[in-house]
Amino acid sequence: MIKARVTVTLKNGVLDPQGKAIEGALGALGFDDIGHVRQGKVFDLELETADKAKAEADIKAMCEKLLANTVIENYSISLA
Amino acid sequence: MKSAVVQLPGLNRDRDMIAALAKISGKAPATVWQTETEIPDVDLIVIPGGFSYGDYLRCGAIAARMPVMQAIKAKAKQGVRVLGVCNGFQILVESGLLPGALMRNASLKFVCREVKLEVVNADTSFTRAYSKGQVIRCPVAHHDGNYFADAETLKAIEGNGQVVFRYAEGTNPNGSLNDIAGVINATGNVLGMMPHPENLIETAHGGADGRGLFASALDVIAA
Repeated sequence: MIKARVTVTLKNGVLDPQGKAIEGALGALGFDDIGHVRQGKVFDLELETADKAKAEADIKAMCEKLLANTVIENYSISLA
Repeated sequence: MKSAVVQLPGLNRDRDMIAALAKISGKAPATVWQTETEIPDVDLIVIPGGFSYGDYLRCGAIAARMPVMQAIKAKAKQGVRVLGVCNGFQILVESGLLPGALMRNASLKFVCREVKLEVVNADTSFTRAYSKGQVIRCPVAHHDGNYFADAETLKAIEGNGQVVFRYAEGTNPNGSLNDIAGVINATGNVLGMMPHPENLIETAHGGADGRGLFASALDVIAA
C-alpha cells in the first residue's frame, strides 16, 4: 500500500477571506509577528498498489479531476 | 416550452423552482435524478439551489462530477438552455460549463437578503424580457457567492457581454469581482447566477421582478 499526502493551496492573487480572518485572530491573540496567512486543505490518501509511478499518476489525475479546482487552487503531492 | 429540474441530494430549492416553472410555463417540469444519463427532450434544464453533498470539498464540486452532469454537458453542447441558480451556479462553474469560481463570501457570513441587480446584457435568451441597464430586485441566500476569475478570463467575459447581472446600488453581498452576480457562456445558452429569481415571481412573494427571466427562457411573454 502506498500512502500519499496532497496539499491544496489557493493560487497567488486569489483572495482568501478565511486566511485573512485567521490572520486577524492571530494578531488579536498577541502574535505581533504574524504576517500573511493563507488557508489550504490536506488530503491523506491510501492506494492499494505497490507501483509508485502509477500511484503518482493516479493522484495527479485525482487532483486535476476533483481534489483541486485549478481555476483557483494549486496542489502538491508527496508520497510517504 | 418544456423544462426539467435536476435533483441531487442536498439541493433544497428544487420545489420553489418547480413551482416557478409550472406557474410561468403552464406545464410542470420533468425532474431528473443525479444518476440519470439521459435527459428528456426539453428546451430548458434548471439546476436549482441548495447544498448538494453538504457543500463538502468545495460547493458544487461533487455534484459537478455526477453522471447527470455529463448528460447536461451534451445537451448544452446541442444548444439546450441551461440555468443554474445559487448552488446550481456553483455546480456549473465546477463542471467547467461556465468560467471562473465561486468562493467564500468576503464577510465569511451566510447572506440572506434582497439585493438589486442590474441587467447588464438584455440581449440573451434569459434576459430578453428586461431592458439593458434595468435594475431589478432579487433575493440572495448563500455562503459562497464571491465570484472570482483570473484577469485574462475576467477581461474576456466582460468584453464578450458574458456578465449578464451585476449587483447594483452598493448591494454586492459577497465581495464578487466587478460586482458580478450572473455569467453566461460564450454561446449564450448556459447561465449561472447566485440570486434566486424563482423566489420573486408573484404578488405573494412581494414582487415579480424575477418572472422576466423565466418568461424569457421559456419563450413566454412577460406578464
